[in-house]
Formats: sequence, C-alpha cells, structure tokens
Amino acid sequence: MAEVLLEMKSITKTFPGVKALDNVNLKVEKGEIHALVGENGAGKSTLMNVLSGIYPYGTYDGDIIYNGEVCQFHKIKDSESKGIVIIHQELALVPYMTIGENMFLGNERGKKYNIDWNLTYSEADKYLKMVGLTDSSKTLVKDIGTGKQQLVEIAKALAKNAKLLMLDEPTSSLNETDSRALLDLMLEFKKNGMTMIIISHKLNEVAYVADKITIVRDGSTIETLDCKKDDISEDRIIKGMVAREMTDRFPKRKDVKIGDMMMEVKNWTVYHPEFTERKVVDDVSINVRKGEVVGIYGLMGAGRTELAMSIFGRSYGIGITGELLLNGTPVHLTSPKSAIAHKIAYVTEDRKGNGLVLTNSIKTNTSLANLDAISKNKVIDQDKEYAVAVEYVKKLRTKTPSVEQNVGNLSGGNQQKVLLSKWMFADPDVLILDEPTRGIDVGAKYEIYCIINDLAAAGKSVILISSELPEVIGMSDRIYIMNAAKIVGEMPASEATQENIMACIVKSGRGE
Amino acid sequence: MGSTGKLTGVLKKYTMLLALVVVVIFFFFATDGVTLNPKNINNLIAQNAYVFVLATGMLLCILTGGNIDLAVGSVVCFAGGVGAVMMDKNIPWPVATVVMLVIGLLIGMWQGFWIAYIKVPPFIATLAGMLAFRGLSNVVMGGYQYTVDDHTFLNVFGGGADCYIPDFLRNEGIVTAVGKTLNGWGIQFHDVEGNVVSLNEYTFNWTCLYVGILFVIGFVIFTIVNRGLLKKNGYTLDPVIAVIIKTVLICGVALWIAFKLASYKGIPTALIWIIAVLAIFSYITKKTTLGRNFYAVGGSEKATRLSGINTNRVMFLAYTLMGFLAGFAGILNIARYVGAQPTYGQGYEMDAIAACFIGGASAYGGTGTIGGVIIGAALMGVINQGMSIMGTSANMQVVVKGLVLLIAVFFDVMSKVFKKGGSKA
Repeated sequence: MAEVLLEMKSITKTFPGVKALDNVNLKVEKGEIHALVGENGAGKSTLMNVLSGIYPYGTYDGDIIYNGEVCQFHKIKDSESKGIVIIHQELALVPYMTIGENMFLGNERGKKYNIDWNLTYSEADKYLKMVGLTDSSKTLVKDIGTGKQQLVEIAKALAKNAKLLMLDEPTSSLNETDSRALLDLMLEFKKNGMTMIIISHKLNEVAYVADKITIVRDGSTIETLDCKKDDISEDRIIKGMVAREMTDRFPKRKDVKIGDMMMEVKNWTVYHPEFTERKVVDDVSINVRKGEVVGIYGLMGAGRTELAMSIFGRSYGIGITGELLLNGTPVHLTSPKSAIAHKIAYVTEDRKGNGLVLTNSIKTNTSLANLDAISKNKVIDQDKEYAVAVEYVKKLRTKTPSVEQNVGNLSGGNQQKVLLSKWMFADPDVLILDEPTRGIDVGAKYEIYCIINDLAAAGKSVILISSELPEVIGMSDRIYIMNAAKIVGEMPASEATQENIMACIVKSGRGE
Repeated sequence: MGSTGKLTGVLKKYTMLLALVVVVIFFFFATDGVTLNPKNINNLIAQNAYVFVLATGMLLCILTGGNIDLAVGSVVCFAGGVGAVMMDKNIPWPVATVVMLVIGLLIGMWQGFWIAYIKVPPFIATLAGMLAFRGLSNVVMGGYQYTVDDHTFLNVFGGGADCYIPDFLRNEGIVTAVGKTLNGWGIQFHDVEGNVVSLNEYTFNWTCLYVGILFVIGFVIFTIVNRGLLKKNGYTLDPVIAVIIKTVLICGVALWIAFKLASYKGIPTALIWIIAVLAIFSYITKKTTLGRNFYAVGGSEKATRLSGINTNRVMFLAYTLMGFLAGFAGILNIARYVGAQPTYGQGYEMDAIAACFIGGASAYGGTGTIGGVIIGAALMGVINQGMSIMGTSANMQVVVKGLVLLIAVFFDVMSKVFKKGGSKA
C-alpha cells in the first residue's frame, strides 16, 4: 500500500582487509520510522555514510534507489539536494556561532557575497518553532544544553528541506526527559509525512517510535521486523543482534589461580571536563584480584574509558571523588607518573592518538613509559634499550624488519603489540586494557588474547574493557556491565551469556 | 620495503645535504671560485655563528610540536646590550658574561612558564617577548650605541681582528722539512705579490691543520670501534661501503675546511663555540631521557603524558634552554660586532626558524636533528654569502631566502602526504 521511498540493493563496501558491508538490503517506505539496530561495528554507520555520499558512488557495490530513480551520490551535497539529511551522533555545531549561523552554515541565505542576516534569523526562528524551541536563533550554541543542541541539529536538517531524515544515536547524550521529547517530536514529524531512519542502541526507544526494525549484524542485514505484525520484544531483537557462532576464538586459560585482592575502586565518581555538570562515571565500585581477568562490558559512551583513565592518575575528568586501594592500602594518584610508580598501566583504546608516538621507532616507543630502567643519570644506555626492544618484539611476535622501524608504518595489530610491549616493560601489577583488539584482524586478536592469558598466569591483574560481547565473555573470569556511567551488573563469566548481559543494559536504560 | 624504497629513503634523508652541495658548487662557478677562498670560508663561519647557536635552541622548541620562539632576536639584543653596558661601566668581562647567560636563562624560564604552565600559545607568548625585550634593549642602552673594547672578551668570543686560536703548535723544523719535500715535488709557494717564498715565510696556521688531522684520526678510530661494538651487540649494521663513503666524505670536508682556515688565520674562536654548542645539544637530543622527551612530546603529547612524563616540564625546559642559548648568542653577537646597538638581532629568529625547517625539522614537531640544523644553517649562510659576493641586492636576498624556506617545508609536507596515502591504501 505504502510507496517505497528508499531502497538499498545488495550494497557491499570493503575497506582494506575488512568487508564492512556485505550484501545489505534495506527498504524504507514513505512516511515511516525505520529503526536500524545492531552491535557496535555491525555496519550501521557505514551504511548511513554510503547513503549520504560520504563514501562516494563507485567506492561500494550495489544500487541506491531513491524516489524511484537510481542515485549516484558523490558528496554530501548531492544527497542533501535530494532531501536526504543525516544527523550524526556527535553534534556538528560550532559552539561560538549563533543557532542561526549554525543552521545555515554552508547553506547561507541571501547571496554568496552578501548574506541576508534578517532572512537567516527569521527563517531560523521558524524552524526552531517547528522543533519546539523557544530560544532566540541569535543565542550562541555553547549557551544551550545538549538536549537543545540536538533539536537545533534537527532544525538544521529541516532547513535543508529534508524528506528523509536519518538520526544516528540521537538520544545517546540526552537525559530521560529530553530523549522522550525528541522521540515525541519524531512521531509528530511522521504525522506530517516525514520519513525517518533512526539508529539506536536503546531498544525501548526503538520499540516506542519505530514502524519497522532492521537488524544489522557483521555487515549484513539479518531481518526486518514489522512492529505491527512481528514479535518485537527486546529478547527477540537481542537474539537477532548477537546470535553468531562462537568457536575457538579464545585461547583457554590453564590453571587459573586467582589470588589476593589487588586493586579496589570504591564509590568512584567523575565529571566531564567540559560539561562540568555531567557525570561520566557515577558511583562506581569495582575490584580486581591477582591473576584475575576482569571484563568491563559497555557500549561506546558508557563511561568505561573515562573510568579507566580517571583511575590511571586522574588523566581524565574533573571533580573525581572516591577511594582507590592497592593491596588494601588507600593511595592517591595525581598523575600518570604516580600511577605508573604504583604499578598501574593503562593501555589506551586510542593507540594512534593516546598510545604511541607514531613518528618514533618501535625501540623508543617500547621504552617511553620506563625510561629510568634503561638509563643512568638521565643518560640512555642505548644498548640496553635496543636489547629490551628486541626482547619484546620476539616475545610478542611483532612483525617488523627491525626495532628501528617507525611504528606509524606498522599494521594495527603490530602497533597494538608495541603498545602492549611498552606497558609490559613498565612492569605493572595492574593492567587496564581498553579495547585491546579494536580494529585488528582475527589472527592478531588471538595472539593478543594469548598475551592477556600469560599476563594473568604471571599473577598480574588485568582489567579488560571491551564492547565486543564474545570477547568479554570468552576472556574474563568476572564481568562488570557498565551503562550510562554506572555499573549495572556483575556476574562470573560462567554465568554470562550475551542475552543476559544485553538484558542488564536494556533494563538499566529503562531505569529499573 | 624494497630496494627502490631504500633508495628514496636515502635520497630523502640526504636531500638537503645534496641541496647544500649543489648550492656550494653553483656559487663556486657563479663567483669564479671567490666563495671558496680561505677568507670567505672563515667569514661564513664567523658571520653565522649566531644562526647555529639559535637554531639549536629553536630545534628544541620546534621538536615539542612545531612551536617557535619569536623573541630570540630581541633576547640576543637585550642580553648583549646589558653586557655591553656593563663592560662600558668597567665591570669585569667574566661577570658581564655570566650576567648575559643568566638573563637569557631567566627570559627562557619566563616564556616557558607562560607557555607550559599557563598554556599561552607559544606564538603569542614569544611575540610578547619579542616586543618587550626589544623595548627593554632600548631602555638599557638609552637608544645609544655601545662599544666593547675588552680584548680578552673579544678574543674569547670571536670578535675583532685576532680572534683566532694562536699557532702554538708551529714547529719551524717540521715546516722546513715539509717545505723541502714539497719543493722537491715541484710545488712552490707564493706570497700575496706573487713572489716565490719558502714555506716558512708562507702564511699558514699549522695548529689548525693539526687539529683537522687529529679530528680525522679520531673520527676514523671512533667509527671502527663503534662498528665493532655494534656488531658485538647484534645490531643491524650499515653496509661497509656506505660507512666508508660517509667516513671519507666527512673526513675530506673536515680536512679541506681545516686547510682553508689554516691558509687564512687559523681556527676562529667562534667555531670552537659553535662546535661546543652543537656537540652538547647533539648529545642531549640523542642520548638523554630529556632529549627523548622532546621528540615524544612533539610526536604525541597525549601519549607521552599517559606514559608518565611531565609534558609541561618538557615544554618549559625547551624554552628555558632556548633562552639560555639566546643569551649566549647575544655574547657572540656583541663580540662579533665589537659593540651593541638597540637594533641588533632583528630577524635572527627567522634565520633560526628557517635553518631548522630547511634542515628537515617537521613543522608539526617530533622530528628533526642537530645534524639537520647544521645543514640548514650552512645552506642559509652559503646562499647569503654567495649572493652578497655576486652583488645581489639585499632585498632580493631576502626574497630568495623566503623561497628556499618555502620549498624546504613543501618537501616535508609532501613526504607526509605521500606517507599517509601509502599507509591508507
């Protein structure tokens, strides 16, 4: 009965070494709200980027049929001119410009050499009213809250004459009330005939607004559920999202010996360094024993990295409160330096930005966190440094022609090994590994899992942060589940299944 | 990496050295060999002493993330001005020297404080310094010119007519013997008027030549011993032929310079100071943890901080050392010009910055070496001098310098772009 507005036919998109999208098919009817759900990295955002022309026509296979015609978008402007507008997860507003200026950025009213500010602001006010904002369009964006900023983004999309609006995790940074208001706004737009695609992890929100739900897993569209006919219970959706084969992807740990309590974190609270009222870690208590691998599972933005970095010598966040005990003694760590001195290591998720000095060699990266061990009176013993680097390259089987190689030239998996070398050489008792296998291939992943097991077998305490469920379940002895800045569940790995971990998150999302 | 990759790697590594050689040859022919006569080699070193010293300090700042220090020209003038005024008031020169160094150090700390701890962007903080210390120079000197006439000071720091290492190793017996041998081979010596003279009467600084020969012997021994050590510790070794070529080239250039200088007046004291500064800072950047920290901060400040290194302190030290060296350049400057004026040092910061970038320091920080600084400063000096001798107008000289800088940084940026493209594909 309804007319199909958008059809994506057997879309396949490959990145070097990875098939990000594999034969994806998606049909969106005019006037519906269509939800895309799936785990992190399932390919939802890639799909959106293909549709909007960020990945231009020709870099992927398959057809996009919009309004009955086959489209070839080469840049964002092409798709926008047809009325396809994306609102990205991270807000793309310039803080020190007014709402009006932001709304028409790149789409200015008036002439190119003579912007008509009266028209700009009067139109801006009109669109603001449509999204239910009463603020003046001359307000600076930095002066309004995140909830309102999200609405400004939507108004901006409307100003581009959107016919198909795509919202990528629109409520991820909003509180309960703002989220609800946004969803209601979506329902109102639908009444006026707008077609929308929403990407969300929050299944309750999806159930609230969506007409159809398409599940994406490992780069493929698995199924499309019709909210009127099919069962759209959360269990049903989660099953579609995570079901996959779990064969020997994780090396077994031999003789697990879990010892005394190593590190305890009690009532840990951290505030965002810029949005100083936002709690990014909220009253979290965790602990890890000697020889234990503790997993922390959570979706992106749950506060895992913030928790880890704030523990690691307060290298993130402000207004940090709570207690940190090492071997039962309270310690106060004020800098990464003091954290390292207390034998804590944090292996960052962002190896290129926060982890490695890409312009330096494997050798100098390996020794960077523990220069004192290879130097006398601040003068580096070059032979010792070289020997250490060679030792770790051998131990971790890093593939490189020599230790003088710049780490910028290595593959992701080998870079990760260098990063691990650096922190293993710092000789810590507690290793916090933040997404240690992100963006590396399966073989290298397996090797890194082996290293993790070796570390635990050597009596080290390992905290493994990951947004890959199978990894957390396969590697950990005990699992914490984190969502929206809080620990929302804890279970031994033996009891953990993908379903009950997701259920923890979904429940907490509903405030139960 | 294949053999073509290796070749381009070598070419990239030595691009600026090759450029220097090309430029030297060009000016040699363009000036009928005048640029390479002993006096001009001597002047090249003495006139550019400040560039070598300032560029060394500037390299540290640039390493920490492409940050520059615009104030150095003014600091050179101010520190030198204070010293000149003090000596004018008959304060002993060692006191004045120490005061000048301390002034440089304090200014460095002052700027480092604002940049590292208050997070004032380096461009702004040092622009403020550039204006303020220029003004203070005028205040100190009251707008007047001061002459430095303390001969010990001038001799030690390379100013005036006899700022050369005396020929204390000259032995007439050896000179006579060598002269006889050379005459026997049909080689004769001429004085300025073209008359044939014996080697004993010929102007030649034997100490300078001996030092050059000693350097060569030392360098060869060091190379051999070092290679043995490298082999023992299982490092990958450069091919023998490459090492030999490199050694021969370095020794050849060193001997040739020694010979040229000996034919003029000997080793200029400024050269001793340049070598001392370059050697010390080469050691710091290569062998010490502090040096390592400069590179790491420039490569990735976040990663360095998360490795437990106090990155603020590293920034602070970079500017502190820069200030200290600017103070030292102030000393060399007033010695060279036998006095101080409130206008001295203008544009020095740009020469230093240009020398670093031409020498291969990255405008984004994290890469660059003292060796590169030497090449960059030498290239600038050779171009300056060559054009002066050719009679190019001062205005055009600045234009050429600007273009050379632009092209050098263009190479840096392009090599980065290619690298990125390569790793993505």
